Amino acid sequence: MSPVLIAEQVLNGVQSGVVLFLMAAGLTLVFGVMGLINLAHGSLFMVGAFAAAGVASATGSFLLGLVAALAAAAAAGALVEVLVLRRLYAREHLDQVLATFALILIFSEGVRWVFGSFPLFLDIPTALSGTVSLPGGILYSRYRLALIATGLVVALGLYLLIAHTRIGMQVRAGASDREMIAALGVDIGRLYTVVFALGAALAGLAGALVGAIQSVQVGMGEPVLILAFVVIVIGGIGSIKGAFIGALLVGLTDTLGRLFLPPLFALFMDSSAAATVGSSLASMSIYVLMAIVLVLKPSGLFGART
Amino acid sequence: MKRAWVANVALICMLPVVAIWASMADEPFIITLATKVAILALAGVGLNMALGQGGLVSLGHAAFFGIGGYAMGILASHAQSYTPLLEWPMLIEGSNSMPVIWLLALVSSGLAALVIGALSLRTNGVYFIMITLAFGQMFYYFSISWPAYGGEDGLAIYMRNGFPGLNTLVPLHFFGLAFAVLLVALALATLIGRSPFGLALNAARQSSERVETAGIRPYRLQLTVFVLSGMVTGLAGALFADLNRFVSPSMFSWQTSGEIMVFVILGGVARLCGPLAGAALFILLEQLLGGISDYWHIFLGALLLLIILFARGGVMGLIAGPGERAHV
Repeated sequence: MSPVLIAEQVLNGVQSGVVLFLMAAGLTLVFGVMGLINLAHGSLFMVGAFAAAGVASATGSFLLGLVAALAAAAAAGALVEVLVLRRLYAREHLDQVLATFALILIFSEGVRWVFGSFPLFLDIPTALSGTVSLPGGILYSRYRLALIATGLVVALGLYLLIAHTRIGMQVRAGASDREMIAALGVDIGRLYTVVFALGAALAGLAGALVGAIQSVQVGMGEPVLILAFVVIVIGGIGSIKGAFIGALLVGLTDTLGRLFLPPLFALFMDSSAAATVGSSLASMSIYVLMAIVLVLKPSGLFGART
Repeated sequence: MKRAWVANVALICMLPVVAIWASMADEPFIITLATKVAILALAGVGLNMALGQGGLVSLGHAAFFGIGGYAMGILASHAQSYTPLLEWPMLIEGSNSMPVIWLLALVSSGLAALVIGALSLRTNGVYFIMITLAFGQMFYYFSISWPAYGGEDGLAIYMRNGFPGLNTLVPLHFFGLAFAVLLVALALATLIGRSPFGLALNAARQSSERVETAGIRPYRLQLTVFVLSGMVTGLAGALFADLNRFVSPSMFSWQTSGEIMVFVILGGVARLCGPLAGAALFILLEQLLGGISDYWHIFLGALLLLIILFARGGVMGLIAGPGERAHV
């Protein structure tokens, strides 16, 4: 196993971590501010991917596709918030889980109805196709590198937005005491819709970015959603910093587990059995990571509230 | 209370009446549907123990359902190919006898529930939901990547497993078996609800601090009910696999967890026969709407949304009135 291969896989891990961060950031914001658990966040990821694929194939412009993904996911998010989720903030989590499960059914079948069951494909823009050579003789996909950069820029932007702007201040205040900031005259209903649409737009962005490296199909959102839950459990609910670090941990554990576990088992097993056991255990590695974090810190690495 | 009791009895009697009628009218497909209702209701009764009585919102019950299914698949496939399951440290043969399969399903899903529960119950609320969902997904990916028992393709069993004294290939016999197991589980759920254990559990759901001041550790109560709940759902998985004579990773998928929860909610949380009403309604909708449109999940989703937003007691709330939540 060469250092170049390992470096490539580390980059792949960071790339999947960045996507998970975009998903987890929206989830954790929505939970932190509104106390809502939203299973339909994966559907917004899917909506973003489909909007990007549809618009990009109609116009030939990847950039327009991205804009469409952001707009469609934000609009779908805002619509769902106003029509349905708003009624559920005061309800118990069970009702929220079921209502958002119902939304998944509606979104998935609705998208299948409109686009059909066959996967769509979103082409990588020509400017970002091919590979770049990095120091140390590493050849790496230009698109994936751009994806990592985008994710990091969004993370920085989100940090600045939350920590240094007026709306960020309201979001933080809303997370710690909802009644108080409503009493101080903040239009809490509008704040909720804005936060929800922001989270939805991030999920849509993630969907569009991933759509160019895998196929765009119904049901693509839920596996990512569940991984984002693992990220949040590890990072701690409500913490953007926790989401960022948790996402990178999960992305790297997953990729490097797949890389290292089969050869590790080959040291003391025959190679075909080692490949089986190694890859099966690699598929469990992030959940083991989650279990370890739970034993050591039940409210996550940066969790404030339980 | 009386109205709730009548509704429960009517609902429980309805299923065998339908099955016997279908048997006389020579409609084996309808018996199969009734069997499916009984088995899915059993899975729901299992979840309802944790959800309704313990207040534990588990979105990972597909793990136990799938473990039960694979208990059947693994034992039956070894019996089918005449290869031993394990030669070391002791010889274990495959089996095509349902009692043996059920025992393995109960033990293995109980153990899995013990581990998942012990970890997940360190937290509560929304963390618990996410963690159980994640552990369910872990089993899903594991079953896909483990090639010995079919991997992604699943595992087909050619003969339905046997039960002493019955011919399980006769649809009505197999229905009777599934229905009897459902009745036992319903009786167990009632007993738990009325026992000191169930009362303490209900108290722990409402206020864990108060229970702690009374000298009881809520963690133990919750873990116990979670294990029982997982075992009942695991048994349902074994029966479900026998109904289809097929197991696949989809039994472990998060949609399965969601659907089991939908049975409970459609019917009404913490109601004895809620899961039965919910499973019956689900299968009925699947048959009626599925015939009209391939996209029937849209209607299911919309109906679910309406029930959650406007009719919080579910079906049993509508027909049995609000009285039955007494043991809640």
